[in-house]
Amino acid sequence: MNLMLPDSGLLFWMTIIFAIVFFVLAKFGFPIITGMVEKRNKRIADSLEAARIAEDAIAHLTEEQERIISETRASQAKLLQEAAAERDKMIAQAQDKAREEAQKIMDDARVRIQEEKEAAVREVRQEVAKLSIAIAEKVIRKELSTDDAQKALVDKLLNEVTEL
Amino acid sequence: MRWLKVIFVVMLLTASSVTLSATEGTDDQEVDVAHMLFGHIGDSYGWHITDWSGKHVTIPLPCIVYSRQSGWHVFMSTKIEHGHQYQGFFLAEEGRYEDKIVEKDASGELVRPFDISITKNVASLMITALLLIALVLGSARWYKKHDAVQEGSPKGIAGLMEMMIMMVNDDLIKASIGEKDYRKYAPYLLTVFFFIFLSNLLGIVPFFPGGANVTGNIAVTMVLALCTFFAVNVFGNKHYWKEVLWPDVPLFLKFPLPIMQTIELFGLISKPFSLMVRLFANIMAGHAMILGLVAVIFVTAKLGPVINGSMTFITLLFGVFMDCLELLVAFIQAYVFTMLSSVFIGLSRQEH
Repeated sequence: MNLMLPDSGLLFWMTIIFAIVFFVLAKFGFPIITGMVEKRNKRIADSLEAARIAEDAIAHLTEEQERIISETRASQAKLLQEAAAERDKMIAQAQDKAREEAQKIMDDARVRIQEEKEAAVREVRQEVAKLSIAIAEKVIRKELSTDDAQKALVDKLLNEVTEL
Repeated sequence: MRWLKVIFVVMLLTASSVTLSATEGTDDQEVDVAHMLFGHIGDSYGWHITDWSGKHVTIPLPCIVYSRQSGWHVFMSTKIEHGHQYQGFFLAEEGRYEDKIVEKDASGELVRPFDISITKNVASLMITALLLIALVLGSARWYKKHDAVQEGSPKGIAGLMEMMIMMVNDDLIKASIGEKDYRKYAPYLLTVFFFIFLSNLLGIVPFFPGGANVTGNIAVTMVLALCTFFAVNVFGNKHYWKEVLWPDVPLFLKFPLPIMQTIELFGLISKPFSLMVRLFANIMAGHAMILGLVAVIFVTAKLGPVINGSMTFITLLFGVFMDCLELLVAFIQAYVFTMLSSVFIGLSRQEH
């Protein structure tokens, strides 16, 4: 028996059987299975991709959110700062104004007081002058009751005038 | 470790009982190891299962022969067993046609009729084919009934088949042929892989419906290798044929003497030839090794119970080892055949 010699009958049957198996499996077997598995793999890959995109979007959103929060916080701080500054400024301004006003009032008051005072002094002086004149009149009237005295006085006055 | 002990004891017991029966059976006759070995490795017209108390238990298979003298004949293999003659046909006892159906022509010469009998190997091929079709179509049915996109992978046999199909499809075929062309060849290569793998596995099973040496028969591997040869050369592209007929070598190597062309042509033929011989030799050798080991039991039967017993035990150990090795070989050879076929096809589809 020669093992290396292919038997014609077996060749014949093997060709037929293998051809039938091949055609049946190639038509109804393997492509269906591989096709479905490939479809499934594609879907899995697509799902993974979609999940990745969603994850990215979420990460992006979180980032955005953080950014907005920090921005808001910054602007809030800025606003607060500005408000505080404004407030301080307003207070300072008000204080300045008040001080000025007070100064002005006081200055006015002082001026008026001065004026009043001066007026009063003037009045007092006038009054004093009047009184002095009146007193002087009375004194002079009493002293000039004699002619000698009147003459002495006129002389004295004339001297004074001529001396000038 | 407990299991190992149990297996050890079972093997010892088997060894002693086999020794007893072997000693009984072979008192008066010489064991013809070569005949037994080649009988199992080769083809036969009936499917011999066992001998039971001196009788052959054989599944009869139909013999289909066409004689130039008397036309078509169909009869069961039992008709020509044990030297019987039926309608002029009988089994040649020796010579070129040993154990084949022959007839005598007018001048008394032995002639071989055209013989397409359903032999043991053909029957085994049919069983393999049916089993394979059932397995794959059964798995494919799951995908028709279920929405694989929504439901995920199948369970059970369909899941196993899916795993193996996708392994071969992705790791072998797609990797070797390339993304562009592999779809066209995938059904053929998948068929080849599973056909060889299933045949190899069935060949390891020692009783009906396995045990036939199908992929260890050169006719079977020849058909498979020829299919790959055609797949490579019929669909080879321009670049491939240019490489064969007008390769990029100095002119004197291809004209006027076609040295390179001769070498390329030789390579063209040697590729499928190596595929054919590799598978055939590996599987045949595996069968021969296991049968040879089993034969040791019967050969040493004459040497007394002690030697026979110990040899039987060693044989069983080696037999278990060989069977495990054959399981590995069954897969590896299917894998290698498919991989090399894919590589050859891939080379024939290569673009610059």
